[in-house]
Amino acid sequence: MIDELEAGAVEAEKRLETAIDLDEVRAIDTEILGKKSALTAAKKQLGGLEPDERRAAGMAINELRARLEMAVAGANSRVASGARAAQYGAERLDLSERLSEIRRGSLHLTTQARDRLEDVFVGMGFTIAEGPEVETAWYNFEALNIPEWHPARGSFDTIFVDLGEPEEVMLRSHTSPVQIRTMENTEPPIYIVAPGRTFRTDTADATHLPAFNQIEGLVIDRGITLGDLAGTIDEFVRSFFGGEVKTRLRPSYFPFTEPSAEFDISRPDGSWLELGGCGMVHPNVLRNCGIDPEVWQGFAFGFGIDRLAAMRYQLDDIRELVNSDVRFLRQF
Amino acid sequence: MKVTLSWLREFAPDIDGDPVELGEILSSLGLAVEDMDVVGEIVDGVVLAKVLELRPHPDADKIQLVDVDRGDGQALQICCGAFNMQVGDLIPFATIGTVMPNGMEIAQRELRGQTSNGMCCSGAEIALGDDHDGILILNERVVVGAELGMPIGRALGIEADILWDLEVNANRPDAMSVAGVARDLAAALGVPFSFPDYSITTTGERVDDLINITIEDPTLCGRFVATVLHDVTVGASPAWMQNRLTQLGMRPINSVVDISNYVMLELGQPNHTFDLATIPNGALRVRRARDGETLVTLDNVERALVPSDGVITNEADEIISLAGVMGGSTTEISDSTTDVLLEMAWWDPPSISRTVKRLNLPSEASTRFRRGADWGDNIDRAMRRFIQLAAESGVTAVEGFLDVPGETPDRTPLVVRTAKINGLLGTGLSATDMAGHLTSIGFGAAIDGDDLSVTIPTWRWDTVTETDVAEEVGRMFGYANIERTVPKGQIAGGLTQYQTDRRLVRDVLVGVGCDETLPMPFLAPGDLFKAGLPEDGITLTNPLHAEESVLRTSLLPGQLKAIAYNQSHRTPDVRFFEIDRVFLPAPEGQLLPDEREYLAVALAGSEAPGAVEVLDALDRALALPNVQLKPASPAGLHPTRSAEIVIAGRTRGHVGEVDPAVLEAYGVEGRVAWLELDLGTVLDGPHGTRKYMPVSKFPSSDIDLAFVADDSVAASAIEGSLRKGGGALLVDLELFDVYRGPGVDEGSRSLAYRLRFQSLDRTLTDTDIATARVSCLNQVAKKTGAVLRE
Repeated sequence: MIDELEAGAVEAEKRLETAIDLDEVRAIDTEILGKKSALTAAKKQLGGLEPDERRAAGMAINELRARLEMAVAGANSRVASGARAAQYGAERLDLSERLSEIRRGSLHLTTQARDRLEDVFVGMGFTIAEGPEVETAWYNFEALNIPEWHPARGSFDTIFVDLGEPEEVMLRSHTSPVQIRTMENTEPPIYIVAPGRTFRTDTADATHLPAFNQIEGLVIDRGITLGDLAGTIDEFVRSFFGGEVKTRLRPSYFPFTEPSAEFDISRPDGSWLELGGCGMVHPNVLRNCGIDPEVWQGFAFGFGIDRLAAMRYQLDDIRELVNSDVRFLRQF
Repeated sequence: MKVTLSWLREFAPDIDGDPVELGEILSSLGLAVEDMDVVGEIVDGVVLAKVLELRPHPDADKIQLVDVDRGDGQALQICCGAFNMQVGDLIPFATIGTVMPNGMEIAQRELRGQTSNGMCCSGAEIALGDDHDGILILNERVVVGAELGMPIGRALGIEADILWDLEVNANRPDAMSVAGVARDLAAALGVPFSFPDYSITTTGERVDDLINITIEDPTLCGRFVATVLHDVTVGASPAWMQNRLTQLGMRPINSVVDISNYVMLELGQPNHTFDLATIPNGALRVRRARDGETLVTLDNVERALVPSDGVITNEADEIISLAGVMGGSTTEISDSTTDVLLEMAWWDPPSISRTVKRLNLPSEASTRFRRGADWGDNIDRAMRRFIQLAAESGVTAVEGFLDVPGETPDRTPLVVRTAKINGLLGTGLSATDMAGHLTSIGFGAAIDGDDLSVTIPTWRWDTVTETDVAEEVGRMFGYANIERTVPKGQIAGGLTQYQTDRRLVRDVLVGVGCDETLPMPFLAPGDLFKAGLPEDGITLTNPLHAEESVLRTSLLPGQLKAIAYNQSHRTPDVRFFEIDRVFLPAPEGQLLPDEREYLAVALAGSEAPGAVEVLDALDRALALPNVQLKPASPAGLHPTRSAEIVIAGRTRGHVGEVDPAVLEAYGVEGRVAWLELDLGTVLDGPHGTRKYMPVSKFPSSDIDLAFVADDSVAASAIEGSLRKGGGALLVDLELFDVYRGPGVDEGSRSLAYRLRFQSLDRTLTDTDIATARVSCLNQVAKKTGAVLRE
């Protein structure tokens, strides 16, 4: 009996070696190892044998079964990998062949610059304040120590709005009104930056726009000094432009700060680039906002955002920023 | 303000050093150097020549032939494109071989058959001023002893000099003069500064006998000083004076005007000359104008005056001058003038500012008055300087100055706390240090314990308070010498929730393929009308262009212009978004407009559902509470393809497509899907709340239901009914097919939904599903009338 089984197994192994697909392997598997197979039948007949014979035959059957199971597994794996390889071959794709793409949009260059500035200042302990773009003369001028007759008013080239009395309502000519609104509504200490759009009666050209963006900083706390202002600008410039860029303050004049300064940053060739204005908040401005200048002191600084963006990318015409030309927008 | 090194040295002879370094020092004093130049360095080869003859060119209209004598007595022919010369004029002449400042080498040339043997020069061509128009005529400018053929620098008495163009801030009236700049620079360099001695001789006649002045409004005029000059002749001023005026950017006019300007530039004191013959009894009065009064100013324009204007009248109370701003034509100096009333006054800066601004009449003089001229000794000094300079041309002055006081600013010594100054600057300066810095620029400073008693000089009108003094101390100590620190009390920074969410919205929109645009917020009149929107945009009073004269109330016009622009540049299907302000009309009782932050999404080439998908993406990102689309026909949008966006029961925007009529008006091709949201209000409202739902461990069951619904029934209504009917067991609902066509009645469509049911605590039975299904069908039938499609 065992010899017959052995012969059957050898033949089955040969068939498994040449089987071409999973179905054929499965059919052979059922035939040689299934309920109706010779092996199963032989196992059932073991009960009729003498104990010695039974043990020997049983072991032989089990060995054969194990051998055939391995042969089936081997065949399965052989045909499966062949089929997979055929699938792989059939499914080959050229990944550089693209008929459409998922295109990510883009953030406006000014937004990117503004976000980066905000992030740097947030890292330095500032929060972000915002205010209206249409302002009254009080917020845009008077509270900032620029009375109606002051020559500085003329230098702002203000765009006025047909609301209220003549020259009472205007498009803000700087972000400084946000200082006033913040100080009116917040108890010191105050550490804010105020980014936003500002307006001047400038004809649009390669370096000017009638509507442009500034960012303004304001700190009000006890014992704030001009040295703190210089140090804060230094920190900001280091963080935004990199450690090798230096800063300097030059005396200047703004009605809302005293002492006032312009601040410059160093260029690689050693020359200086004027970045913005700054100074210690004028006591009149503090008083206008109900803050006692004998208790609180502070500084303010401001500069253009669009100009920074333009500088970073050597943009030679800032009108591109407002033209909504997708060929420009998608570059960033 | 321009200054030259040689002129500064007349006040501080020891000013010396590298011009660039001196410029750096000026900048560090707050006198920013905008430009630096070497002037008076005239190229070799340019000589003094004389025009002998002028002839037309036989074959050219735009050039003429000029014969010049360049010192050898010979007539040399030149072809010249300028026509301002006359025979006998002295001109600068560039001989053959001269290399001009612009690099051009002068050579013999043929111009239409005529030989040109050199070049007649304009002022600009030889860096003697900015004048490009015409040849520089030197008849009145050459020095005594100048000869033809002499190098032009020698002929004009010009030596090489350094010129700085300084930006002078409004708080530095003193630095609007050469002397004031010299004072600052000398202090910074630690070298002496002093005024030269302006000694004068007088005729002996007493000024009081000739003129009298009355100040009727002392708040307008702080001081009025005047005298009388005789033997005035109006001619050319000397070459050296003309050169200096030219270098500082003023055009020489005549001997009287030039001295006036020279004194103003040198000492900062504006001054005015009246023809004494036109002033009856030499009597002048100073007062404010009255409503209805007028004056014909020197420029022959009749000016209507108002009571804030300061005026000078004659004894008949007729206005003869607009105080500090511009003289009148009736008392102007003329060629026949021999006797002059010379006036130097101090005017109230705000008064001058108002008049200058109202009449738009800025001038070198009024700029100095607006910033606050010096009401102290400088007026006497300037009077003497004027007389001294005029004496060179034979002018004589009478004895004494008439000096009438009005109200001048208080200069009682100011008590300044050194601790406060150090506290502002972040310095540790002693009272002695501070006093030293202040006295170096003419302040008085007496130490009184920890305080300083500071006398602010009369040439610093804008300097009034302790902080003003702190700035002066800081300036002279040097901002660069202040130790840099950072604030010690810094608090935690961060973005607000609003600001964080706004960034999230932008990121979502970028993620769905939209490009951000930031057009300017101005519209042209008619833009809103063209977009089908109410024309209630707020207008600008002084727009630069009509196309930028209205503030937008919607982002739609700007986006349509942007799409049209890109379509005209062959990019038809742009996807744009914009988050920016709109300016709605001011609510009753409020002055300022209702300013809001809107979000717009414009998808060119997409239909309405494209915009709804974007809204869904935003909804998922922001977890908006209960967003519903209510069919509507908002202004400017497609009437049958648009909806109101209702969030938590309030309309917050619109979604759909732009009205084809509006697209046509803007020249936009194809469809534009549109979303506009009052983002500010949405982000200020509740959103972002997310509740954890446990994930069920039990199997789910799906059923499909298709309904035939009339087109007037919104899919959202059917969906709402299904959710209500399905109750808590309905965990997912998806519209997977919309069908119109055979088998479905005209005016209706089939909407097929897949519903997924699942329980958190058990496996649902067939009975559970059947019950839920019936409940869903009942709800849909009851609320919408839609029937199950068999």
